[in-house]
Amino acid sequence: MISNITLGQFFPGNSIIHRLDARIKLVLTVAVIVLVFLVRTITGYAVVLGFFVLTILLSRLSVKYVLKGLKPLWFILVFTFVLNTFFYSGGTELFSWWILRVTEEGLVSAVRLAVRLIYLITATTMLTLTTSPIALTDGLESLLKPLKAIRFPVHELAMMMTIAMRFIPTLIEETDKIMKAQTARGAEFDSGNVLKRAAGMVPLLVPLFVSAFRRADELAFAMESRCYNGGKGRTRMKVMRLNCRDFVAAAFVSGLMVFAVLGF
Amino acid sequence: MSIELDGLTYVYMPKTPFEAKAVENISLNIKDGDFLGVIGHTGSGKTTLIGLMAGLLKPTAGRVLIDGQDINAKGYDKKALRRHIGVVFQYPEHQLFEETVYKDIAFGPRKINVSEEETDLRVKYAMELMELDYENIKELSPFELSGGQKRRVAIAGVLAMRPRVLILDEPVAGLDPKGRSHLMRLITKLNGEGVTIIMITHSMDDLAENANRVVVLNGAKLFIDDTPSKVFMQKKLLRDIGLDVPYVSRIAQSLRERGKNIPDDVIRFAQLEECVTRVLEGGQ
Repeated sequence: MISNITLGQFFPGNSIIHRLDARIKLVLTVAVIVLVFLVRTITGYAVVLGFFVLTILLSRLSVKYVLKGLKPLWFILVFTFVLNTFFYSGGTELFSWWILRVTEEGLVSAVRLAVRLIYLITATTMLTLTTSPIALTDGLESLLKPLKAIRFPVHELAMMMTIAMRFIPTLIEETDKIMKAQTARGAEFDSGNVLKRAAGMVPLLVPLFVSAFRRADELAFAMESRCYNGGKGRTRMKVMRLNCRDFVAAAFVSGLMVFAVLGF
Repeated sequence: MSIELDGLTYVYMPKTPFEAKAVENISLNIKDGDFLGVIGHTGSGKTTLIGLMAGLLKPTAGRVLIDGQDINAKGYDKKALRRHIGVVFQYPEHQLFEETVYKDIAFGPRKINVSEEETDLRVKYAMELMELDYENIKELSPFELSGGQKRRVAIAGVLAMRPRVLILDEPVAGLDPKGRSHLMRLITKLNGEGVTIIMITHSMDDLAENANRVVVLNGAKLFIDDTPSKVFMQKKLLRDIGLDVPYVSRIAQSLRERGKNIPDDVIRFAQLEECVTRVLEGGQ
């Protein structure tokens, strides 16, 4: 009943992009996001597009699959586009109707914003598609390590994120199961007015919460019985090391940044 | 109530790299009053198959005909379908949600617009069938009960719909021996009253004793469809796909290997008992 959600879903693979160090990928994703906001010219946008095409090709994912990540956001895209087109103040008027005015500048800024949004989503989707959640949180933990000096619970935060991500598919599966079971008993989740629908969620939500708490309890018990006691003195099975390819990728993105700062 | 599956195929997550065929081109005709056992190793498509039968999943190809009507056709009354087909999923106790046992069991009947008096009767009937003490536990929260009691309450919730077809997905998994035999006895009793039973299980013994037909699934496809005695005679074939034969067949087999005259098709305890008695009395 609940079908695929691409956004934030890891796609296993063994490409060069998949094998990049998670820390590098995190930093570079942030850099690319900044880059998207730095570029101003058409050439600049084209170069960023080229960069995305290159990463997608290198990651051996299909373009169609990556673009599917945009699907849930088309509403926001259209919404911002329309707002920007019609409510841009000033500029040369192209045509107007009733209270709506379309200006050349407005149109340009709308297109620019839409492209930026698409770029942003593509960048983050590429990160999550090519990096396993575990690697991602490990990378984050490693990057945030300096914060430990001010007693920020870095390890605990990373562990919570890992567990939360680990249980998303489980919860989706569970929701699907309970939905089917209650549907077989005559429950309806997609008919009636808003109130009726909200009331209809009770047979779904109560069992879901009960099972989530049960799972949390079991997991805590299992972790404790394997001597988990926080991050102190914990070593890693997979030690993260920077490789040649990581430096090449970093150099490449830095180059792009310089290119953008120079005014493209 | 007959159920006919016609070239049924179901594809999970079609057009994504995760695409997988869960059920492939299965045709099956289930007659009124059948006790059908469905076996197959994990991932062979059993649960998907019952989801399709109950109209909870839409087939990618093929049709599900109930009393000759395609349940996925436009305008088919799904509410009537829910009334006639009861589904007990794996670990049904996970679907309990109401404040009291009574309300939880009454959920189904109320959803299909059964009158209050009739609902009351049905709750009593279902609880009696499941041997649950109506007076003492109807006002308890289902979450206060023991595991076995929870499961029986959940099944009572399905039986209160008075289904004519009951589909069960591993109903005895995780129950204690007493709970198992109690539940199996009840299922057999329902079948005796004319309710069609479709049961997924890993217990070959339960099927040998009760089913009149066994369907074996392997790799999303229909592998064997025959009577239990014929299915369980194909020991090697079953072992090859990760299944096994009932205990009784194994005992009969080792007796045969010792030169005793026990027929191939012995799968029930009573049959074996008869044969052993005969052998003992015959002095052989």
